[in-house]
Amino acid sequence: MNVIGEREKTMEVLLVEDNPGDARLAREAFLDVNKFIRMHLASDGLEAMAFLERQGAHSHALRPDLILLDLNLPKMDGREVLARIKGDESLKMIPTIVLSSSETDADVLISYQLQANCYLRKPAQWDAFNDLVKSINNFWLTRVKLPQQMPSG
Amino acid sequence: MTKEVLLIEDNPGDVRLTREAFRDVGMLVHLHVANDGVDAMAFLKREGAHADAPRPDFILLDLNLPKMDGREVLARIKKDESLKTIPTVILTTSAAESDVANSYQLQANCYLTKPVQLDEFEALVKNISDFWLRKVKLPQQPQG
Repeated sequence: MNVIGEREKTMEVLLVEDNPGDARLAREAFLDVNKFIRMHLASDGLEAMAFLERQGAHSHALRPDLILLDLNLPKMDGREVLARIKGDESLKMIPTIVLSSSETDADVLISYQLQANCYLRKPAQWDAFNDLVKSINNFWLTRVKLPQQMPSG
Repeated sequence: MTKEVLLIEDNPGDVRLTREAFRDVGMLVHLHVANDGVDAMAFLKREGAHADAPRPDFILLDLNLPKMDGREVLARIKKDESLKTIPTVILTTSAAESDVANSYQLQANCYLTKPVQLDEFEALVKNISDFWLRKVKLPQQPQG
């Protein structure tokens, strides 16, 4: 349902995921439910931080509206990425959702201790994963009021 | 398993609507209500009349509250090592960008504005309970 004349805003979503199959499925599932999403992929923790800090090849990277973060990542672990995001005054405001196949209570607890905005378990089944993507879109990208980018300068 | 939800809200009408919406979600929810910020902190710290209060699984927090402002309550929750892991969702009439930015800066888990229409308010509370109490994996407190 779109109000005529209301400008649709593109949502920038950063997906931090090292499994190419999962990344591809996630991208397709999100684009299926919301064509105003632009998905950016970082396949390890270092690349995620380079994207967020606009370093190297990512010097023109956009600030994400939402981050989806896997925990088990090469080069820099997802827990470390989360700690860096939430320890950075300019990045900490970006809602960061942990999306992990880990079911251990310790991983859930440490994620909330590090101030993850929420923790979602990645289902193994495709249809369950699709449903979860719909829920994320319906809640985080539709209902929730996200912070606006700070004006620069 | 029953979920313990703490609603921090001074408007009796909003309390009633939220209570009814939670009753309709088809799961066991114990809704506890604190009507001001001081009472909310007493509940969370199990002080005075709240000595036997359960630890909430989830907190819904209004920003404009008597006695102690919701922003102050949020700051205290998120600075407290034992309370900071409780997901705390802002539900307020304020749509001011400064309130949104400040809440995320203080590490609110998310920010939602209260719709004016009754049916939209009800739908939002259902959406919140469905997402946070069913989809999200909430932290378990370690034993001991």
